[in-house]
Amino acid sequence: MKSIVAQELVKSYRDGEVKALDGLNLDVEEGTVLGLLGPNGAGKTTTVRVLATLLTPDSGSATVAGIDVLKHPDEVRKVIGLSGQYAALDETLTGWDNLNMFGRLYHLNSSAAKKRAEELLEKFSLTEAAKRPIRTYSGGMRRRLDLAASLIVKPKVLFLDEPTTGLDPRGRMEMWEVIDELVKGGVTLLLTTQYLEEADHLADSIAVIDTGKVIARGTADELKNQVGGERLEITVEVNQIPEATKLVEQVTGTKPSVDNGIRKISAPVSNGSASLIQVLRLLDDANIHPLDIGLKRPSLDDVFISLTGHVAEVVVEGGANVAKRK
Amino acid sequence: MLQSVSDFLVITKRQLLQMIRIPEVLIFATIQPAMFVLLFRYVFGGAIDSGVKGGYVQLLMPGIFVQTVAFTLAATAVGLAADMQKGLIDRFRSLPISRSAVVIGRTVGDTLQNVVTLIVMGLVGFLVGWRPSSGIVKVLLGFLFLLAFGYSMSWIGVLIGLSVREERVAQNLVFMTVFPLTFLSNAFAPTTGMPKILQYFAEWNPVSTMVAACRQLFGTQNIFGATANSWPSENPILMSLIYMVLLVAIFAPISVRKYVRVSK
Repeated sequence: MKSIVAQELVKSYRDGEVKALDGLNLDVEEGTVLGLLGPNGAGKTTTVRVLATLLTPDSGSATVAGIDVLKHPDEVRKVIGLSGQYAALDETLTGWDNLNMFGRLYHLNSSAAKKRAEELLEKFSLTEAAKRPIRTYSGGMRRRLDLAASLIVKPKVLFLDEPTTGLDPRGRMEMWEVIDELVKGGVTLLLTTQYLEEADHLADSIAVIDTGKVIARGTADELKNQVGGERLEITVEVNQIPEATKLVEQVTGTKPSVDNGIRKISAPVSNGSASLIQVLRLLDDANIHPLDIGLKRPSLDDVFISLTGHVAEVVVEGGANVAKRK
Repeated sequence: MLQSVSDFLVITKRQLLQMIRIPEVLIFATIQPAMFVLLFRYVFGGAIDSGVKGGYVQLLMPGIFVQTVAFTLAATAVGLAADMQKGLIDRFRSLPISRSAVVIGRTVGDTLQNVVTLIVMGLVGFLVGWRPSSGIVKVLLGFLFLLAFGYSMSWIGVLIGLSVREERVAQNLVFMTVFPLTFLSNAFAPTTGMPKILQYFAEWNPVSTMVAACRQLFGTQNIFGATANSWPSENPILMSLIYMVLLVAIFAPISVRKYVRVSK
């Protein structure tokens, strides 16, 4: 059964000047995780806002847990959890206050709300910080509490809008563990992210979204295959590039691409390991000793670039920005 | 129905909790009008010949009270704009609660803060010589009137807060409008000294009618108003009630509608 279905969603701003959603179609099988992957401004947040009943689309339709989002938003709100890009909590109150308040707003009675608050604090390792105001929390703690607030009544469908954006690597790892745990519990999850590795790690299937449309859909492996199979990559000394290139072409049968800057020669191969051995032998005969050699499967980065035609903003562990080559 | 009431009470309780968690906010909200009392009482008070029994402070205190509750609009606007900015309104809107709970809870919460502020202001007034002479019932009625006025002003704040969506903008906008409104009135000085056109404005200004109503309820002759013999200055209590009903009748539905449709 499909837990989330979106059909031909259109939403534009400023009298149609900006199209946030441009005929978006989407469906998520019950109990699975869909990663909605796209750059800033692709329409990820708008999609989540429409599905979570916060925003009315100009046209199109959507159902969540079988309920029509536009016709019965109140019913939808009873079965969803939403955790946004910015931790939406009352900063002045304590973690405990917040969970207790949201529990009451989910119409738990006083003692049930208290009990649930304590359970969730425990589950998200926030018991020690429970009585402290949120403004003293670290980014990671806030996100965990924000997530906890969306799980008060076990939702059938959970939306996480960029759950790790802005977190340091440790906070991100912690968040991933928490989400992994949730997924094992069998919730249907729609997760937006601009981190390719996050989608790869957390999602069962991925929808790549750009300029308000889904432009590719599949598992991480399927998407990678779509871009092409394995590539042989070797790095040699600058003066050896021409000769090595010739040898690689001889083995693979296609003209390799050469990046002189990083002295890397790369070409698609069909029979990976055999070609690798062959190339190594030829290089050895030619007395060329590669600095690096290997087979590489395309990463989701490659998928992303080949699909959207532009570079994803990627922050690697440690926080340095890495420009991805086109 | 019962559910809706419990929803808005949770939101109101949140504000009371905020008051306890960060008492500074309430303290500063009270210090400012207290400073006004002292400034007006001792800086201008000597220069203004009031001609009423008990001196200028009898005229001043109702003015200060009304100014204070008029600023409920600011508290509401700034509070809601901050909630908008942080995405808290989004979360509330994703919950299965009644569509008016958040804004009603907010206005009621801000009114409850006024209770505390007014008690402190009343005590400060008493310390500097304010002595209402109308008896306990009318004095309490006067304060009830003030709370009601604050509550209705708060609904304008809801609309502003949800519209500007940014704490600072809300702050500036509100101060730019509410301050002139409280001074273009009979709150601190007689309206007779103003140019004719401003006099008319001041006579009809809800702040003026409120101040006049409070002076009446606290037992002080309103010699700062009633210059143009206009209807509002002759019937301040009724006029103020009309204003309050109008404010709520106009701004409450618009604000709830705004809340339902608001989107970043």
